[in-house]
Parts: sequence; structure tokens; C-alpha cells
Amino acid sequence: MRNALRRFGRTHEARLLLVTVALMIFLSFATKNFFTIQNALDLLTSYAFPGMMAAGLVVVLVAGGLDISFTAVASIAQYLAVLAANHYGIGWLGLFGIALAVGTALGLLNALLVTGLRIASIIVTIAMLNVYYGLLMFVTGGDTINSLPDWFANGLSWVVAFDSHQNPYILNMQMIGLVLAFIMTWLLLNRTSVGRQLRALGGNPEAAKRVGFNVLRLNMVAYGYMGFMAGLASLVQAQVAQTVMPNALVGRELDVLAAVVLGGASLFGGVGTVLGTILGLALLAILQNGLILLGVASFWTECFTGIVFLVAVSTIAWERRRQRLAIRRVIGTAA
Amino acid sequence: MSALGPFNRATARLGPVNRRLILLLVALVIVFGLLLGHRLFNAASLRSMAYQLPELGILSLAMMIPLLSGGLDLSIIATADLSALAMAWILTHMVPAHPGFAWVAWQVAAIVAGLVLAAIVGMLNGLIIAYLEVSPILTTLGMMTLIKGISIGLTHGGVLSGFPAPIVFIGNGDLWGVPIVLLIFVALAIPVGIMLTRSPFGQVLNMLGSNEAATRYSGVDTRRALVKVYILSGVLASVAGVVMMARFNSANAAYGESYLLVTILAAVLGGISPSGGFGKVTGLVFALVILQLISTAFNLLNFSQFLTLAIWGATLILVAGVTRLREHFLR
Amino acid sequence: MPKFLEMTGISKQFGGVRALSDVDLDIAAGEVHCLAGENGSGKSTLIKIISGVQPPEPGGRIMIDGHEVSGLTPAESIRRGIQVIYQDLSLFPNLTVAENIAVERHHGLHAVNWSAIRDTAQAAMQRVGVSIDPQSFVADLSIAQRQLVAICRAIANDARLVIMDEPTASLTRHEVDALLALTLELKRRGVAVVFVSHRLDEVLEIAERVTVLRNGEKKGTFEARDMTDRRLVELMTGKSFNYELSETDLSAAPVVLAVRNLSRAGDYDDISFEVKAGEILGITGRLGSGRTELALSLFGMSPPDHGEIRIKDRPLQLSSNREAIANGIAYVSEDRLSLGLIMEQPISSNIALPVLERLRGPFGLVQAGRWRETVRRWIADLGIKVSDPENPVRTLSGGNQQRVVLAKWLATEPSLLILDSPTVGVDIGAKDGIYQIVRDLAASGLAVIMISDEIPEVLYHADRILIMQEGRIAGEYLPHQVTEAALRQAVDA
Repeated sequence: MRNALRRFGRTHEARLLLVTVALMIFLSFATKNFFTIQNALDLLTSYAFPGMMAAGLVVVLVAGGLDISFTAVASIAQYLAVLAANHYGIGWLGLFGIALAVGTALGLLNALLVTGLRIASIIVTIAMLNVYYGLLMFVTGGDTINSLPDWFANGLSWVVAFDSHQNPYILNMQMIGLVLAFIMTWLLLNRTSVGRQLRALGGNPEAAKRVGFNVLRLNMVAYGYMGFMAGLASLVQAQVAQTVMPNALVGRELDVLAAVVLGGASLFGGVGTVLGTILGLALLAILQNGLILLGVASFWTECFTGIVFLVAVSTIAWERRRQRLAIRRVIGTAA
Repeated sequence: MSALGPFNRATARLGPVNRRLILLLVALVIVFGLLLGHRLFNAASLRSMAYQLPELGILSLAMMIPLLSGGLDLSIIATADLSALAMAWILTHMVPAHPGFAWVAWQVAAIVAGLVLAAIVGMLNGLIIAYLEVSPILTTLGMMTLIKGISIGLTHGGVLSGFPAPIVFIGNGDLWGVPIVLLIFVALAIPVGIMLTRSPFGQVLNMLGSNEAATRYSGVDTRRALVKVYILSGVLASVAGVVMMARFNSANAAYGESYLLVTILAAVLGGISPSGGFGKVTGLVFALVILQLISTAFNLLNFSQFLTLAIWGATLILVAGVTRLREHFLR
Repeated sequence: MPKFLEMTGISKQFGGVRALSDVDLDIAAGEVHCLAGENGSGKSTLIKIISGVQPPEPGGRIMIDGHEVSGLTPAESIRRGIQVIYQDLSLFPNLTVAENIAVERHHGLHAVNWSAIRDTAQAAMQRVGVSIDPQSFVADLSIAQRQLVAICRAIANDARLVIMDEPTASLTRHEVDALLALTLELKRRGVAVVFVSHRLDEVLEIAERVTVLRNGEKKGTFEARDMTDRRLVELMTGKSFNYELSETDLSAAPVVLAVRNLSRAGDYDDISFEVKAGEILGITGRLGSGRTELALSLFGMSPPDHGEIRIKDRPLQLSSNREAIANGIAYVSEDRLSLGLIMEQPISSNIALPVLERLRGPFGLVQAGRWRETVRRWIADLGIKVSDPENPVRTLSGGNQQRVVLAKWLATEPSLLILDSPTVGVDIGAKDGIYQIVRDLAASGLAVIMISDEIPEVLYHADRILIMQEGRIAGEYLPHQVTEAALRQAVDA
């Protein structure tokens, strides 16, 4: 146990946790509203969408790939699902069924292309982002769906308690979706054989083939799971927005990537954890929330995000370089 | 001994990539020619193509150089916007109302200031990538967020507009019927092409893109070269910023954002290897002409610009697929 | 002893090329067997057939445990207890030792049973007497430890035959000894081991039989105790190489490089020596003895902590390899594939890379004529067999690649040439050509340092030999005053 703790202390996640907690403590004292249940609930609700996307993306990164197209996939999934719900009485099951099926199918298409074309996954998925998004905008003419079915617009939210001013604490679909997404990803990566195969593939693709892991099938799991998460997240987002705009999500893909990388996942594959992803996202969310609560004009949020991100990736790179040099020394003097 | 040196590669031999692109271009010209005939191949639509192509073209040059070095620059659009805003601020605040020496001097100063600012941003990218060994994607992603953040912070998302006549002329004027913006693109593409094939730096760039460590062991200061790469990329992006600013007669923190991923698409379509080391300016130019032809033809066919976007993406997938199939069956 | 594996009449053709013709091979249970041959001799094709990756041509028979197997697949081969450990070891650096050893348990779709994985790994490690923390990551292990993990993985898969491809290439003597001890332990448990290598002096100590392949044909299987290095080379190449010991009179030659009390913490300590113009100084020692680190310091890549380097009597403070090159020092890296050459790029660009600045002409551009002339001259001078200098270096054979490395460094007109393991991965026949070039260069007045862990290489091709041990110079020898055996002993002492 102590051994495990010491091991954890040396990880990127531990340092990230330290920074995040320090920031939380600072904000709790510096602002009136940060350390409140209401603020926490608000944060969970508004960061549910990027969080669920991050939960999907970390799986792709662990498997040694990269997906840029998921915002377009989510846009298509939510558009089709809500359109169908408005026209036919398909209910919750139908709504989620359509969104998840569409998302997964497009993810699988990505997997086929990435594996078959043998060019960098970033290039394939950039191209597919344009294909998906272009076709969606072309077919819909860019029209927004303004009215959601009532049962969906107001559904799945429960008042669980009241604060001293009788404001309700609400448990909603966003929170459930977010927690579910992270639990599912954690189970996939750490508790299933396929998750371990994905990690092995990301760590050494050549060896994975030799051991007999099926690369196409694993890519289909990774990109399909990303698509599945995009489908799920798309509905969660649609409910927050209360409209479906075909161009609302595209453009946020790099923000999600930033959160996952901040959480320690490597673009070279094989490295990345659910805890890290949660912390990476939490750090960005708390930073942006804190700036607003501190009264910094919201125009400066992006600038601070950029600084924090640059500092973080520089530290990660520096740390990895140090470790590499240390290992080389150990090997060099092993005699 | 045939074709020695990298020189003949650029001139005598087209290479398989360019052959394939020319084939595709000819096919498109025939198809669109049959569909549209004179509506496509007339002076007006050729002129409109000539006005539109340079923006994406210059930005793609800015993306191409880091790609060749084995990297990527996601901050080009943000750099273009930041430097355009800096130029626009000087143009709208410092330039006197009436022509005279100060009127000219401030306009020149504005453009120089924008270029220098972009060079500094590029240098920061290069220093972080070369000396801290952060991966280019992450460095430039962070830099993109940071400098876009600065642009938004300073302008509150607003627009700076209303420039002196010479600036507007850069964007909308022509010389002997040739748009100035196209002349700017050509004036950049040719020296960049020569630099890549014939200068020591161009050679180093390709070698570095294939294998950084071996290049360093060969006595090349690869870190310095990397810093140069990103400075160049920044400066080229800044020129694209001038073109955008002049064409719209305004500057904003978010102009041209949809171009970012398209520049990567154009470069890869043009045969620039996404893993670095190989690629030519000629290939990029062919790719740009193909993309522009599709865009203009679709516009004339009354298809939405978004269908164009989809077809652009599909073209890359298609070309990659054909290449892959040929590899598969030729073996 | 019962035969575990018997193969008869194995042939294989790729395209129009015969990779194997009518080869027989048998391995007894618990035997240690060496498979020797040069690149292209058919070694790797034979392994692919044993492991089920490639089928043999009709007529070839494979018997495992006395039963004929037809249509052997990789999965079937593994099921029957055949395990190949490739040179790159095929481990997953980002997974734990336990997961790597028990990786077979990750097949299929099911919940991970972590305790079963730990037990499998522990059991495998216990069976062969290895102790590595099962929870540590493979990325944090030394090469030797990684090799042990790979062997444990084979054991965990109930291996009855372990085939190891070039297992000693990157190990120190100490680590090789550990590997040999482990091999004997495997043998005791009835597991057969096949070493595939073209350098067999170490494994010959414990092997029982050696099978030699040349050009896809079997040259025979021999008792290991009757085998000598020289005979093996003859069998593998079909030629015999009789080198004369070098004896050049260098008393009048000027000193090119003088090193005084050079030290760098953790790498080497208190090194002093001289190299004269026209001299070939051999430096040998085990991996980790500091030989490569010393060379990198002389080449300006890692500055020494103390001491002095003088070139032609001028003191040098090198802060980069660019300064070293400018002062006439060239360094041929031991790692040709990743540091010596840029494999995907043209031969011509590789040769011109270190001298690009010198080829500059008007407008700062490279002068096409001078570029062409430089490339042509060095391709001709070193006899590099090239159809088109614009082809990628990758398309050349190992020997020709190494000549391209020499060409690129000679183009810098050095006065000191440092060769680090110059014939690694080069066929024995092609090695001869490289030695000839090096001798000619020395004869023309170049000072040469030749670093190698192959004792005969320094014995027969150097004028003077230094032995390095744990970062220090442990002895200096003249070739005609010492025997190969004595040198080997001094290296391993």
C-alpha cells in the first residue's frame, strides 16, 4: 500500500492533483462563490459535454491513435436523433438508440479508414471532420432545430435538496452522463482484456501484432467507443443548449484534446489514464470558472488557458526527458 | 549516372505525386468543363479564383514548412489574426488622414510591426519545440490558444476596420489584370520552392523531418533549424494576415479559423508527407488549384460551400485510398 | 535424447529468389543449438517457417514431438510450445512486467483477472530464477532485464523450444553470463534453446550443436566443441580470411590527437592516449565500458568534466559536434540505422549533409555542379554499388550503407576518423572491403580510432590496442605481442 502510494506520488496525475487542489484552496478563500455546492453542480453540468468527449478521446490516444472528427460526429448524431424524436414518438430508448448508433457507426468508419489507408490518424480524421461536417451543413442547410420534445427538454432531472435560500440542488442528466462516461472508460481500460490490448497496441504496435492482437478490431473498438461517447455526449449537450445547431460543436475538438493531453495522455500512444483525464479537465474547468469568479473579464479566459496549457506540456516534456536520461545512465552503468 | 542532386527532382522529374495530381486536375477540368462550360472558364470566374486562392495558399505554405520538418503549426491562423490586429491598430490609430511622408511611413511601419510580431510568436514556438522538446502539436496548440486569447482579450472580440487606400488596394486591386494577392502568393511560393530544393536550409529541413537525431549527428544545428522553421511559418502566416485584413478591410481575432485544418488537408493532398521529410511546393500548388477549382465550380453549380468542404475532405481520402490500392496491387 | 523438432526438405522461394533450398534441421528436447549464417542466408526464413508465419513449399515436412504437423499457423506453433524472442524483444514498455509476461491472458474479450496475471508472472519468474518487481513498468528496465522478461513470457507460454534472435548483441559480459546461466536452467528443465546469431563466440561455450546456413543452403550441423571462430566464418562465407598482423612504422609520424586525463562522471575516468597520423588505434571493451561515451566526447557531443583534448597540438574545448567537424574530427556512429544515416532519404543527400555549407554558392544556394561532383567522387572512391544516387539509402546492402557513412564523413576532409563498431550488421565478405578502405585511409595519413567489441577486428586491423574497463584504460597492447585469447581475457577480467 505504501509502495503503491509512493509510486503514485511520482506520477503526472499526482502533480496534477496537487496543482488542482492548490487552485481550489486558493479560489475557496479568494472568492465567495467558488466553494459552494451550487457552483460545483453548475461546473459539472456545463463541462459534461467536453468531459464525456474526453472520456472517449483518451481511449483513442491510449490505443495510439488520434481523432479530430468527434465534434462533427456528435453534431450528426444529435441532429438525426432529435429530428427523429420530433417527428416520431420514439421515446427515450429510440432517441438514445439513434444517437448512439449513428455515433458508433461513424466511429467505426473512421477506424476502417485509419487502419486501411495507413496514413496518420490525425490526417484521416481531419479529412473526415470536413466530410461529416460539410455533409451535415449541406443537407440541413444549417437550420437549427429550436424545439425539442418536452419530455426530453425537461427530462431526467431531479431536485434532491434545497440550500438555505430555498434554491434547489438539481441532479441532472449531464451529471449522470459524465459520471457514467468516466466509469465506463475506466472499466474498459482497466478491467477488460480488450482495454489492456488497446494499451498494448498503443505502446508497441509491432509487438501487438506479433502477440496476435487484431489491429483492425482494436481500432474499431477505440474509434467506435469514441463515436459512442460522441453520440451520448451530443444528447447531453442538446439538453443543456435546448436547441440543436449543426454548427455549435465543430471547432471545440482541439479544446477537448488539450484537456486530455493536460491529463497526461501521450500523442505517441500507450499512455493515459481516466484519473488524469478527469484532473486535466477539472484543472481547465476550475481555472476558467475561477477567473470569472475573480472578476477577470471573460475575454481573457482563453489567454490564461493557453498559458496554463503551455506550462503544463513543457513540464511534462521536461520531466519525461529527465527520466529518459536517468534510465540511459542506469543502463549505461549496469556493468 | 542520371539525375544527381536534388535539383533535377524539382524540374526534370514530376514525381508520382504530381503526376497523380495533374491527372486529377485534368479530370476535374474535363468534368466541370462539360457541366459548366463557359460559366466556369471565363475571365470573371478565373479572376475570382485568383482572388480566393492566395489566402489558403499562403497559409498552406506556412503549414507546409513545419510539416516538412516533421512537425505541425496549429497556431498559424491565430498568428495571422494577431499580427493583422496589430497592423490594423497602427493603421487605424497612427496613420494621418492625408497622404504624405508620415502617411506612407506609418503604413510601412504597421506591416513591419505585424511581421516582427509574428516572427516573435514563431520563435517562441520554435524555442519550446527545439529546446524543451515539447511535441509540435501541443506547443502550437497551446500557442494558438494563448495568442488567440490575447487577441480576444485586447479587442474584446471586436473588429478593427477602415484602412488607408493602399492597404485596401493590396487586397482588392490588380496589376495588369492580375490580382495583387495572387502576385504576393507567387512571390512567396517561388522563393520558398527554391529555398526548399536548392538551399542548404531546405536540404536540412527534409533530412531533419526524416530523422532529427541522425541530422544532428551529421553536424547540423537542428535546434537552430527548428527555430527558423517556426519563425518562417509565423512570418508566412502574418503575410496571410495582411492579405485577409486587406481583402475584408478589417481585422478580428477569429478570421479564417475554418482554414486551419484545411491547410493540413491541402498540404497532405499536395504530397507533403505528414510524417515529414518529403514534399514539394509544386505539389502544394497543384493541390490548391484542385481545391479552388472544386470550390468555384460548386459555387457556380449553386451547391453550398459546405458541400465543397465535404468534397475537399473526401478528395484526400480518395487520393490516399487510390495510392494505397495501387501499392497493394503492385506488390 | 528424443527429438522435439524435426524438419526435412524445407524449401522456400520469394518472387524469383530462393530463400531456402532443401534444408533439414532437428532439435532435441533440452538441447542448446546455434543457428549461424550471414544476412540473407535464410536464417530468418527458417524461423518464420518454424513459427508458422510462412508455410514451407510442398515436400517439406515438420515433425513436432514425433507427430507430423501440416499447415502450421502461428497460433498452432505457440500452442505446441515454440516461442520466438525477436531482437527487439516485442515487449510493451507501457505495461507492467507481470502483464508482459502473462500477455496471453489478455486475448479475447473478458474481465481482467489481475491476481491470475500476477500468479502466472510470478510462477514463470520462479521457474527460471528471475526476480524483477512484477509491478514495475518495462520502460524502466535495463535491456538485460527486458530480455529476462521476454524469456519469462516464453516460459509462461509453456515453451518447449525458445528461439532467440541475436540475444547478446546489446548485453554487457556480466549480462551475457546471466543469460547463459538462465539458458542452462532452461535446458535442465527440458526446454530447447536455439540461438540465432552471426557472432557466436559467447554462446558456443554452452551450445551442443551448430547448424550453418549459407545462401539458403545448409552447410551442415556440427558439434559445437569442435567448432572454432575461423572455421565458422569459413562455413558461413565460403571464403577464408587470413589477416596479417599490422606492423607500421609510425615513429616519425606527427601526433594528431592527444588526450590527457579526460574524465566524465559516470562514463569514463582519467583517460590519456595519443593517436598519430597514419595510425589505426583499436579500442575495445564491453558495452558499458565507456568506449562509446569517450568517442562522443571526442566528437563534441558530451563535454568531459576534466582533462584536455589536443588536435595537432592545439587544445580544443568542444561544445558541439559542429566544432569537432570544423577541427577535422569525424565520427561514424555504432548505430547506423538511427544515427549514422537517414534511411528514407537519397544517398546523395546523405553524403552531402555534413558539407552543405561548403557547397554554398551565389545567393547562398547549393551549387549543383559541386554537389554532383562531391557525390560522384565519393561513390567512385569508395566503390559504393549504386544504381541511382537519388534512391533512398535504405535500398542498399549493409556493407554499402556503411560505405555511404564513410563517404559522408570523408567528404568533411577529417584528420581524425573515429569508427564506432564499423562492421556491425555488415556481412563478413563486405567487412573485408571496409577494412581495406580503413587501411588505405590510414596509409594516406589519416589518424583512425577503431572502437569495436569484436576482438579479432582490433587485433588484425589496428596498429595498437587499448582495452577499456569500467570507464578506465585497463591495458595497452601491440598486435604482434599478444594473442586473441589473452586479449579476450583482458577484456573480460
